[in-house]
Amino acid sequence: MSGRQIMTADEIRRATTRLSHEIVEKQAGTDGLMLIGIQRRGVPLARRIAASILEHEGVEVPVGALDITFYRDDLSLVAQQPIVKGTELPSGIDGRTIILVDDVLFTGRTIRAAMDALVDFGRPQAIRLAVLVDRGHRELPIRADHVGKNVPTSREESVRVHLEETDGADEVEIERLPVDVGAGTSAGEPVR
Amino acid sequence: MSLAADPGTDAVEAMVPSVDVAPETQPVGWRHRHLLDVDGLSTSDLDLVMRTTDAMREVLTRPIAKVPALRGRQVTILFYEASTRTRVSFEVAAKNLSADVVNIAAASSSVTKGESLVDTVRTVEALGAHMLVIRHSVSGAPYLAAETFGGSVLNGGDGWHAHPTQALLDLYTMRERLGGSVAGRKIVILGDLLHSRVARSNIWTLTAAGADLWLCGPATLVRGFEAWAGRGAAAGRRFHVTTDVDEALRDADVVMALRIQRERMASGLLPSMREYAARYGLTRTRLAGAKPGALVMHPGPMNEGVEIAADVAAGAQSVITDQVTNGVAVRMALLYLLAGTHGSGGAGASST
Repeated sequence: MSGRQIMTADEIRRATTRLSHEIVEKQAGTDGLMLIGIQRRGVPLARRIAASILEHEGVEVPVGALDITFYRDDLSLVAQQPIVKGTELPSGIDGRTIILVDDVLFTGRTIRAAMDALVDFGRPQAIRLAVLVDRGHRELPIRADHVGKNVPTSREESVRVHLEETDGADEVEIERLPVDVGAGTSAGEPVR
Repeated sequence: MSLAADPGTDAVEAMVPSVDVAPETQPVGWRHRHLLDVDGLSTSDLDLVMRTTDAMREVLTRPIAKVPALRGRQVTILFYEASTRTRVSFEVAAKNLSADVVNIAAASSSVTKGESLVDTVRTVEALGAHMLVIRHSVSGAPYLAAETFGGSVLNGGDGWHAHPTQALLDLYTMRERLGGSVAGRKIVILGDLLHSRVARSNIWTLTAAGADLWLCGPATLVRGFEAWAGRGAAAGRRFHVTTDVDEALRDADVVMALRIQRERMASGLLPSMREYAARYGLTRTRLAGAKPGALVMHPGPMNEGVEIAADVAAGAQSVITDQVTNGVAVRMALLYLLAGTHGSGGAGASST
């Protein structure tokens, strides 16, 4: 890819490990924890955090996958419907502390949609947010509880997270968008 | 795995521009504004419908089986023919997606005062319909509706012609029960093919999916299909027509019985219902000729004791209730996909 690298594979690994420690520390243990990755790259990240918790705490925290497509606030604006990846929760969420996991936190609209989706599944005790990269430019009053790396960006830039599981290698890149990119991709960016 | 095969999926994803958009937010490549028949659907379209249906099945298992995907869209269901399962299935599907549903039964509408189809379609559009589900006894009526209507038209069954959502839910049910694919499987459609829009749509999707398709019925009810089978074979589709029910059922993986459509039947096609039941009814004895565990299907409504014996319809091999449940999920998938192809829900998208 043509972007500038802002996180290497090692940095992603260390950040993920730190996130797992922070999550357990904040919860004072692993009781009631459930990690829910937002499709698509939040899911492998949630699995990695769970693996790290297992390694350091000896506890297997349940991991789920959440597809927020049906809850997007821009469905009526896009030219074509986005592909639905599917939701898979390991159990009920009532009374649990849910850690939502996503790769990039940008406008906050994805997280808004994810919270709407979650409350349709039940009443968690708490919902927290862990992201690998926080790039700023929030459009909603949402913040992350656990952040792998804060990256100052401009709106004309895009942050791309590549993960072994989905893209063949671990890397985070930043790139300046071509000016006319909006034309062909109205189904895309708004949510992120 | 012909439909689920990766090449199809890749083709869909390869179509979309490779600019800076995360894969999950890329357009899906669904370009059909209407669903009038299945013959316009490519293999990758079928695959997309199947995958989207998987997601809808998951929604149906949730404690609150409802998502806001079609909030603010009005779905009008206009049925000129009697129906229970298709009409209710569309209504439940639309409601599960949070659409507003308007039901019009022609028998209790201005149609009885002589309003034409085109006028009725204009009226429902003026009343705010974004999507129109139509069933009509005249083949081709949904095509006429689509010429007038500004949103999306879904064919809920037209005359003898097509019933696309039924064919798609049948395909979904078979794929699910046969390990993900119908390729190479012997599938028998048994009964009143002549009057069956379900059969005509199923012939298209099942042969496209690589099934070994057999049509069976009395000579008066399969006429015309031999020529079609000949053309199908020339195009590499496996497609046989026979009047020999035992030959058709031998080692079959799926047997789908069709309703004898008495209301469409001209006199002289069958000597009597009893004679039909004796010679072509799907009984336990006949089913024993199929593969052990062969699936029994019926698009409904059934004439039990005519085209299918009651103990077969309710038996362990029957997936008839699966067909009904999957019907809701398939219709949710289609409403969702079609809703993206016109700008009825807000600014931004064009109406073509």
